[in-house]
Formats: sequence, C-alpha cells, structure tokens
Amino acid sequence: MTDLVTTPNITDADDFYADLLALHDGHSKAQSDAINARLILLLANHIGDRDVLAKAMAEAAKG
Amino acid sequence: MNKIFEIPMYAYERSKDQDATTPVRHPVVVIGAGPIGLGVAIDLAQHDVPVVVLDDNDKVSFGSRAICFAKRPLEILDRLGCGAPMVEKGVKWNVGKVFNDQDETYRFDLLEESGHKNPAFINLQQYYLEEYMVNRLRALQAEGKPIELRGMNKVDAVGQHDDHVTLEVTTPDGPYVVEADWLIACDGANSPTRRMLGLDFEGRVFEDNFLIADVVMEADFPTERWFWFDPPFNRGQSALLHKQPDNVWRIDLQLGWDIDREHEMKHENIIPRLHAMLGEDAKFELEWVSIYTFQCRRMEAFRAGRTLFAGDAAHQVSPFGARGANSGLQDTDNLVWKLKLVLDGKAPDALMDTYSDERVYGADENIMNSTRSTDFITPKSEISRMFRNAVLSLAKQHEFARPLVNSGRLSVPCTYDGSSLNGPDTARLPNALRPGSVAADAPTKGGWLLDRLGDSFQLLAIGLDAETGLGACDIDIETIALAADESPELTARYLGDAKGAIYLMRPDQHVAARWTSYDKTAILDALKTATAQGEN
Repeated sequence: MTDLVTTPNITDADDFYADLLALHDGHSKAQSDAINARLILLLANHIGDRDVLAKAMAEAAKG
Repeated sequence: MNKIFEIPMYAYERSKDQDATTPVRHPVVVIGAGPIGLGVAIDLAQHDVPVVVLDDNDKVSFGSRAICFAKRPLEILDRLGCGAPMVEKGVKWNVGKVFNDQDETYRFDLLEESGHKNPAFINLQQYYLEEYMVNRLRALQAEGKPIELRGMNKVDAVGQHDDHVTLEVTTPDGPYVVEADWLIACDGANSPTRRMLGLDFEGRVFEDNFLIADVVMEADFPTERWFWFDPPFNRGQSALLHKQPDNVWRIDLQLGWDIDREHEMKHENIIPRLHAMLGEDAKFELEWVSIYTFQCRRMEAFRAGRTLFAGDAAHQVSPFGARGANSGLQDTDNLVWKLKLVLDGKAPDALMDTYSDERVYGADENIMNSTRSTDFITPKSEISRMFRNAVLSLAKQHEFARPLVNSGRLSVPCTYDGSSLNGPDTARLPNALRPGSVAADAPTKGGWLLDRLGDSFQLLAIGLDAETGLGACDIDIETIALAADESPELTARYLGDAKGAIYLMRPDQHVAARWTSYDKTAILDALKTATAQGEN
C-alpha cells in the first residue's frame, strides 16, 4: 500500500503554481477545462498505482 | 428472390396435443425460437430430454439483428453441432479502427491467441445463425431425437403450479392447453411470459436512439471494425461500420434522444445520411433498417418456481460489446445440464437456483461493461464528455490513453467466482483456470480439447494417474488422461509451473475443482458440491 504524499513534495512550489496558471493563460473556460482533463489523465497514468489514485480522489472530493 | 427471413422455416402444423381431451404434459416446453430458445432445445434433445418449442411466428429473425458472435458462444454452438457452418460462413476480423472527427485515432489488433479451434469473433447475420440452428434441429429430428418446433403457436396465458406449468396456446386452428414440468422462457426483451407472471425487470434506460442500416454494397473497405466519435457525417454523435457475409455492411448511427422516429425511418431520409458516410458515389441497397433505444436491466432472479428465464427475457444490455445473444447462449449452456440432472432425479431442485445465481452474476458483469461503454459513447454530463474528449485527443499521440477508449468491450466468458458449486482450488495452477472459469481450448493428441469436453462430468488427468469409472449420486465421471506436454498451450494454460494437475470439469466445460495430486475422496466430494448436494 503506497500512501498518498500530502506533505510538500514539489521544489520551488511558487514556480510550479505560476506554471499551472500560465498553462491556462489566454484560454476560454471550455479550453481550460479540457486542458485540466488531459492533465489529470496524464498525471493519473504517470502515478499508475490505483491505491494512490483512489486516495487522491477521496481527498479531492472532501474539498 | 426472397430473403431467408421472408420464408417460413417452420410453418404451422396441427399437433396431436390440440386434439387431446386432457392437456398433454411435457417434461420441458420452451417459449421462443430465437437463438436462445433453439439453443436450449437442441441441447436438451442431445441429452434425450423431450422438448417442445413454441414460437409465435414461423420465420427466422427478421433482419440481421445480432451480428457479432464471440469465441465462447461459438464453442457452445460447436458442442450443439452447428458451430462449423457458422464459422465457415461468418466474416472473421481482428482489426479495429477508432476515428475521432476526421482523424484515425488508433487501430487495434485483437491478435488471435494460438491453440484455439474457434476464432475470437465472427460476424454473421442472426438469420443465418438461426437457419443453421433450425437445420440442426431438423437433423436431430431425423435421428429420432425428441424435439418439436411448433410455429404460429402463441402463448396467451401461463399458470404456475407447484410441480408444473400450464400454458394456454393460440394457433391458426384455435386455442389449446398444454402442460410442462419445466418452462423455459426465451421470448426476448419484451418477454410476454415475464409480464404474464407479473415479474420485475429493473434497470437503467439510456436516453438515446440508434439507426441501424444494413446495406448491400460492393465496397473496398477492409474487413475491420470502424468506429467514429463525432464524425463530420454525424456531428456530435457516433457511428459504426462492420462487415457481414454476402457483402452486407452493418451501419450504426447514433441519432440522439429527441428525434422523430417516423421521419428518420423513411428511406428518403436514410439514403442521404448513408451517402454522407460512404461517399456520394457509393452504390448500395438497403437490406434492413431499424431504430433502437436500449436499457441495461435484469430480472431479480432468473427462476420463478418451475419457470426459468434465459437470454434477453432475463437480462438486457446495450449492443456495444456484443453481449446479448452471446450471453444468452451462455445461459443455455449453464441451464441444460442442471435441468437434465434434476429431471433424472440425480440432483436436488436447489441446483436450478444455482442457474439463476450464476447467470445473474454473469448478467451483472455484462451490464457493468455495457453501461461503461455506453457512458463513454454517450456521455451523460458535461464533465463526462470532457474526460471522454480528453481521452480521445490524447489517444492519438499517447499509447496510455488507448485502453481508456471504450467503443464496446467485446464479450468474454464469465468466471463464476464465489459460486456455491465451486470446489477446491490450488494457487499452484494458473489463475485463469480457477474453479468457475470456462475451459480454455488447447490442441491435444486426440484433437481439440474442447471437442473432447462437455455433456457430462469429466476428470482431466494431466500428467498424473487417475482411476476411471468414478462416480457418485448415480452421476458418472469420465476420465480423460492427457500427457503434461501434449501441446505448449495445454501446458501453459492448465499446468503453468506444476508437473501435473487434476481438473474436475462440469458438463458445460466449466472448471468445478482442481488439484495438483489425485485424491478420489476429494473428487467425489467436489462432484457433490458441483451438483448442489455437498455436505456443507
């Protein structure tokens, strides 16, 4: 059982956050939503582990 | 020339039951002469159980309807003595292409596994399938087997009693009454039997319409399954092109929910749609057109007293994945050997409850797969559509997204995990053939393994010695001795790393129990378990 990492894990967090916003610059809501969907699928496949994915989904649902 | 489905295949003939002063009692009556009803009847007759099939018309399926038959039903049909002409006539295919808008997103190849007698799939019009089954029924009659097919016999009332069922039947000569120890209802999704007995049929209705057009054309499209999401010729909807024998092509166009059926069914409205898809110059003739909507649902139980339900009468799925007729034939495969043992007094009535248990399990698996395909093809919410489109756009570049594309997961046989009929297992043998699973075919020195399996309990002794002539509760077990190395496929599928194995096989070619050493007591216990008369 792999745990979902919920402690800081990204170096230069501010840069990452800026990249995430820049990804959506100049896009309509619909285009941004599509980009987000593709991003989720790419990241989910990279993680691969169904346990981790299930835990991430459960955390996301809590809001 | 008339089409095969326009010619009466089993014209009405007066039966002597109609002149009887008291209703004649038959061991088994089957309602419906579609693939499932005919399958049940042929299987029963092969077991020498007298069977009468009642059908409200006298012809095979009108139009091609079910066209895709998977390996497992072909194996069942082979055991029923009519698989070979179907495979010979059918179109074999392995390659599928998925298109998104104008682009080919990817192609897949089903890559047939070696060492199986039957192909992974064939496409064959349902009317040919039924014709070959009626031919088989006639051949059994010629051999003197107790099987009768009564056309234009419509059942108008069903009465359930403790130990039999009464049927009121209408014919062109007027009504008559007939009785059956057991009734098997194979009368389709709108099953009048189910309705007359007031039984439930719960599930999910999908709000969508699909236009099926079977066209005859000389075309140079390859023998492949082509599926489009959002093509230019059917914007916002899906489409399917698939080849059948005799240059008949199946075209399936999603129409959406809010349509005018009458308008869409008019040939002058269908033809331009087809030209948009096939090209303005395409020359074709319409063979059969239908508009369908569908449900994914099942009965709570497939047994009600002395009535058993099989096929669409018991469960209904979307057509994506070819799970209708394919799963119905697996119902018959499960049902007949059990009924034969119960009729012969060799197994308790409770064995018939396991027909419902095992096939409800199978139906749930089919409904789940079929519902998932439908949710991908017809997204039900904005976010579901967004993920669907994200998968499709990623699939073109990235291999990882292709398994997520779901234009129908093609039917594979169900493994009855957790069935009360399953006996001991050992983790030392390959997991795919655990108890509850269907036997995998393999070449043996005596021919295809599946040609040697079925119709009775059998002990497969592979690389181990076993006695012959075993049995319990008046049920015989036939021993089949095989060397551990008869074929690489046999070794890989049945032994894995083990030196030898003993498999107890059910009459429907499913694994009942298995061991890595011979233990007579354990085998006989497993036989009792597999026939619902175990100690526990």
